[in-house]
Amino acid sequence: MNLTRVGIIYRKELIDALRDRRTIISTIVLPILMFPLLTLGFGFVAGKSLQKVEREGSTIMLLGETNAPALAKTMRETDGIRVVAPSEDYVVLISEKKLRAAVEFPPNFEQETRMTSDKPPQVKIYNFEGETRSQVAVRNVQKVFDDYRKQLVAARLAESGLTKDVLKPFATKQENVAAPEKVSGNVIGGLFPYLIIFLCFMGSLAPAIDLTAGEKERGTIETILASPVSRLDLVVGKFLIVFTASIVTAVVSLASFALTFSLPFVVAREFAQRNPVPFDISVKGVASVLLMMLPLAVMFAAVLMAIGLFSKTTKEAHSYASPLMLLVLMPAMAAMVPGFDLNAALAFIPVLNVSLVSKEVLTGNYPWLLILLVFASSWGYAAGALSLAVSAFKRESVLFRT
Amino acid sequence: MIEATNLTKVFRDRKGGDIRAVHGITFRCQPGQIYGLLGANGAGKTTALRLLATILQPTDGTARVAGFDIREQPEKVRASVGFLSTATALYGRLTPRETVEYFGRLNGLNGDKLRRRTEELFALLEINEFADRRCDKLSTGMKQKVSIARTLVHDPPVMIFDEPTLGLDVMAARTIVGFIRDCRSCGKTVIFSSHVMSEVQKLCDYIGIIHQGRLLAGGSLAELRQRTRQADLEEIFIQMVEAAP
Ligand SMILES: Nc1ncnc2c1ncn2[C@@H]1O[C@H](COP(=O)(O)OP(=O)(O)O)[C@@H](O)[C@H]1O
Ligand SMILES: [Mg+2]
Repeated sequence: MNLTRVGIIYRKELIDALRDRRTIISTIVLPILMFPLLTLGFGFVAGKSLQKVEREGSTIMLLGETNAPALAKTMRETDGIRVVAPSEDYVVLISEKKLRAAVEFPPNFEQETRMTSDKPPQVKIYNFEGETRSQVAVRNVQKVFDDYRKQLVAARLAESGLTKDVLKPFATKQENVAAPEKVSGNVIGGLFPYLIIFLCFMGSLAPAIDLTAGEKERGTIETILASPVSRLDLVVGKFLIVFTASIVTAVVSLASFALTFSLPFVVAREFAQRNPVPFDISVKGVASVLLMMLPLAVMFAAVLMAIGLFSKTTKEAHSYASPLMLLVLMPAMAAMVPGFDLNAALAFIPVLNVSLVSKEVLTGNYPWLLILLVFASSWGYAAGALSLAVSAFKRESVLFRT
Repeated sequence: MIEATNLTKVFRDRKGGDIRAVHGITFRCQPGQIYGLLGANGAGKTTALRLLATILQPTDGTARVAGFDIREQPEKVRASVGFLSTATALYGRLTPRETVEYFGRLNGLNGDKLRRRTEELFALLEINEFADRRCDKLSTGMKQKVSIARTLVHDPPVMIFDEPTLGLDVMAARTIVGFIRDCRSCGKTVIFSSHVMSEVQKLCDYIGIIHQGRLLAGGSLAELRQRTRQADLEEIFIQMVEAAP
């Protein structure tokens, strides 16, 4: 290998890649925009619809209102509940989402609630199960009933000369003993490596194909093969560029990720307050994960280049790479399944091993033997993929496939 | 100097059968001469020239190019060869200057030497006007000039042209033909392939007729005329091909 020539090729391919709009978009622009757009978009939509629910209130219908005049009055006065006039077709209205819920009081409901009986009266709450806004309505209605129930219980206790304390013979209290990084590690321990793996793959996809199948397509491959550079130097120079793109993508998107959640975006902050996620990951954990990702990035770059070399056109290459993406994302996603943990056998499955070990590391566990196994096996796969790419570049039947 | 000895290339087709694209070719081209490889489509011209440029490896036989064996010292061979064909496109996102400097660097030139060589070629080929525009924005004629500069940057003693005028308009083709003549007057060894009789007749000092991978005959136009008793190169070609087994 001639390092000077590898350097010359690297420099040229860098200039070339920086002038390729597709590569720039997929390695830099998309990763920068992804997190802000995702959170802003999601936070915006979520915030908007929550505001709307609150402003409008849940539309509900009271059936047999005369059986519970006091409760009906409370309902009408409650924020977040909007009572509409009763009608027969409430079932249809609910299923068409025009009405969120309907409350049916049995005859003499309020009178009966004042007496103790072994068959207490029952209120029916008709709703659309699984539909968010219907469930919000049910919750709002239930809150009114809970207050009413508490009132009744308090009254009954007072009647028998007892206080509320009789209902609470003892209490329980939960206390978190895990370090904060373990808590947040558990929450995003699966998601974080998944995103990095996905981004590394996406970052190398466009340049890997452009630098191989793209050269065939544009007819420059013979120009470069006729120069004195050796095929090994050529493939190493190209590989280093693809690898760089993959790393740049991962770093850029990490920075964007961190900025998105630390900058005070109004909507994102509002959203974060509603759904508090403890973003308390240790630097050591993130650094270890990135280190574990290196062999994966090498493998992706090499495999995608081998695919690109084999293909006659970039279109053909993309059609091979798309199913491969699923093959990569499935194991990466599997790490998000709770309770699916790393063991010695899984340490040899590419991609899955790295995403599982990342989950451990982010929750503050360092199973050193397994980490070593994963690191060794994924470097093994990376080396295998790299030698595949190199040998593809030396095979005439691959370069001049007809 | 190019000396091919029993040069052979066998491809595997999809069914595992053999395609003898080049079949035991032996010939010699001298410095200061233009050797024309004349043959129909699929005769094996491109394959033969790719073997000489070490883009492909021979199945059998070998060749010496500028004193280096194509099997033993392929990188030295490539450093001594300028290769131009319809399939050697330019990098569209690079400028002519970047292109020529890139290939200069790959050939071991750098610093002042590279800059001087680039200036020299750009002046000679009148490239300065568009030297810093991206290649994919250039006209065919401009691209052709840049390709020529690219093949010449390391001043190679051997030039290989594979159907260099294919698909070019008259003006661009003339530029190329003129350039091939210039290479001869500089004392370079030139081999070039074509299926256009008139072009070969006009340019070549020595003609090899290739058919189905075999070299049927080789000699100057006068020798070929004498051998076939035909005046026209086209008639000579037809007679040879029809006489082939
Ligand atoms: N890479 C290849 N794989 C398989 N067959 C090939 C390959 N390249 C050329 N051939 C075959 O070899 C023969 C000679 O082709 P070629 O050298 O391109 O001829 P020419 O340049 O004279 O038109 C043809 O039959 C062609 O199909
Ligand atoms: Mg050809």
